[in-house]
Amino acid sequence: MSQIQLSHGGGGEETNRLIREMFYAHFANDILLAAEDAAVLSVAKNIAFSTDCFTVSPIFFAGGNIGKLAIAGTVNDLSMMGAKPLYLSAGFIIEEGFETAKLEQIVVSMAQELKVSGAKIVCGDTKVVPRGSADQIFITTSGIGGILKPGISANRLNEGDVLILSGDIGRHGAAVLMQREGLGVRGNIQSDCASLWPAVEALLRYDISVSAMRDATRGGLSAVSNEWARQSAVCLELEESAICIDDAVQGICELFGFDALDFANEGTFLIAVKAKDAQRALECLRGVEVSKNAAVIGRITRKKEGRVILHSAHGSSRYLEPPKGELLPRIC
Amino acid sequence: MSRLELKELYAGFRDAGVIKALSKQISKEAERLCEPLCIMEVCGGHTHTIMKYGLKQLLPQSIEFVHGPGCPVCIMPKERIDQAIALSGMKNLILVTLGDMLYVPGSLSTLAKERAQGCDVRALYSPMDALAIALQNPDKTVVYFAIGFETTTPMTAALLQQAQEKGIKNLLFHINHVLVPPAVDAIMQDGEARVNAFIAPSHVSVISGAKIYRGICENYATPVVVSGFEPVDVMQSIAMIVRQKNEQRCELEIEYSRCVTMEGNLKAQEMIEKYMKPRENFRWRGVGDIPFSALELKVEFEGYDAEKIFASQLPSQEIDDHKLCICAKILKGLANPEECSVFGTACTPNQPLGSCMVSSEGSCNAYYRYAQV
Ligand code: SF4
Repeated sequence: MSQIQLSHGGGGEETNRLIREMFYAHFANDILLAAEDAAVLSVAKNIAFSTDCFTVSPIFFAGGNIGKLAIAGTVNDLSMMGAKPLYLSAGFIIEEGFETAKLEQIVVSMAQELKVSGAKIVCGDTKVVPRGSADQIFITTSGIGGILKPGISANRLNEGDVLILSGDIGRHGAAVLMQREGLGVRGNIQSDCASLWPAVEALLRYDISVSAMRDATRGGLSAVSNEWARQSAVCLELEESAICIDDAVQGICELFGFDALDFANEGTFLIAVKAKDAQRALECLRGVEVSKNAAVIGRITRKKEGRVILHSAHGSSRYLEPPKGELLPRIC
Repeated sequence: MSRLELKELYAGFRDAGVIKALSKQISKEAERLCEPLCIMEVCGGHTHTIMKYGLKQLLPQSIEFVHGPGCPVCIMPKERIDQAIALSGMKNLILVTLGDMLYVPGSLSTLAKERAQGCDVRALYSPMDALAIALQNPDKTVVYFAIGFETTTPMTAALLQQAQEKGIKNLLFHINHVLVPPAVDAIMQDGEARVNAFIAPSHVSVISGAKIYRGICENYATPVVVSGFEPVDVMQSIAMIVRQKNEQRCELEIEYSRCVTMEGNLKAQEMIEKYMKPRENFRWRGVGDIPFSALELKVEFEGYDAEKIFASQLPSQEIDDHKLCICAKILKGLANPEECSVFGTACTPNQPLGSCMVSSEGSCNAYYRYAQV
């Protein structure tokens, strides 16, 4: 079988073979292999539950692919709530004629990415649609995680909290854009696509008093900081010079008039911690590969509720607005 | 051979220390000004820099900015957008243009809305991409809706030259290229404007040479400084203007000497002259009719001119702006975006009422995106 046929989604023998040889082979675990109508789970009392759809184009990009993204995406959503990612479901919508080898490559990266957090895929579904009804492959993942530290919430930011960014920004957006638009810019931009659980786990292990965490996905740092300012009715004051942007990403922005603050990230998150814990949090984060470039980028004040203020190194300040509408469709 | 790193092109021109030093120098020298300075930055790119880097906060009260007509998207009257929309609705036709044009409201719709309805409208990163689209779609007509000032005009001319050389017959042009000096003249002759100095765009001058501003400098007895787009460039240009004023000089100076000369790029100028000629009249949004302020294809290239070929099918009725929109006053430097009653409420980048809010170089958009604290 070199291409996915409509029959692979028909529920018959071909479907079974695909499930066995592809999904069971790579995602194997007791719950999945029990092959019941629904996965039977025993979980703690407080769980977090999240779902996300992935339609990124191109499906393979520098630094990852749609599969890695689909795992990291849901794992990160759970992690941001202080929940250890446990069980995931995976739904695949595949266009007829999609190369089986590509599907395998995607599934293999999913399995690898699961290892980072230890989460398992325990149920799933596959549909094949006629050519032209979908663009190659779409993936949906949902997941639940056990909450290790309750009360982490974007609605509970406090004046005085320190804002830490886990790394440099804009690489996912820039990598996908460069590849998709065939921009003909040579440069080595890798998406930051990664599971953030190891970084979150370190913060929780050292009992850092985290007020909130959020990964800066679509809309980038501009979107996240504005969401926080609004949700908690506080002011986020950021120091522009502390926000790290890779030279190549900045280059793309210069050439095409984008702002890296608006670019999507898939492995970078913003953390608000109590000021007393800021230094320890930084040390914790820097000890983990995925957040080794963590830096303090600002603080929470009451200067202007619901707004984000960006201070420049040369002494001026302006409001940072959320990015406008259709920046880059199908980025994740 | 060493490759020029993009970073080298801007890094030094954003240096916080240099910006602060210039700010100090300007404040000190501005104390000797005998009248307040009202500087028009002709180009939207400069408006963008001033707002993004918060430069107003670094300058004394005696220095004020007026945001001129210099954004090719902002000055596009609705009837020309309507023409683009009419073209996009034609059978077997692909309309290609530069990004921001998609969101500029015409009288009833935008190109983006038409695209959502199924019209084939495509945004280009580079005009040259139009060539590939024409080649890939031999059974369709591709119309390039060309916009921009002197800077982008040579690209359009080069595109036409390529199409000619390669014998590509299915690529047509709807030309909306406009010229900076006639627009500045129109504003200054209006009499209401309070402008007493100009910052002129370097990218226009890279092509046309700084010489095109000589007339402005002489006719209105104002300093004109041709400036780059980085914050250090703009601050340096302001320092040069202040110095001119204090020394009672009114000269044309070049701040951006890394690329601009008095004569400009003669090759590019020849290229434009080969294919285009001044239009008798062009209606600028906000400013109104300005004779010889835009370009059109020469008669011998009529075969490529979508405006001529589809003349009978294109709407030509002039349409005024939304009655609450004060873009016209802003473009003339008579008002600031914040004075508009719908700024940031009924008119935002997501739902623009006027074109100054659409383009990233429009004044209203810059004020909205980079609201000063
Ligand atoms: S805010 Fe909108 S309506 Fe008001 S002048 Fe600007 S573009 Fe026109």
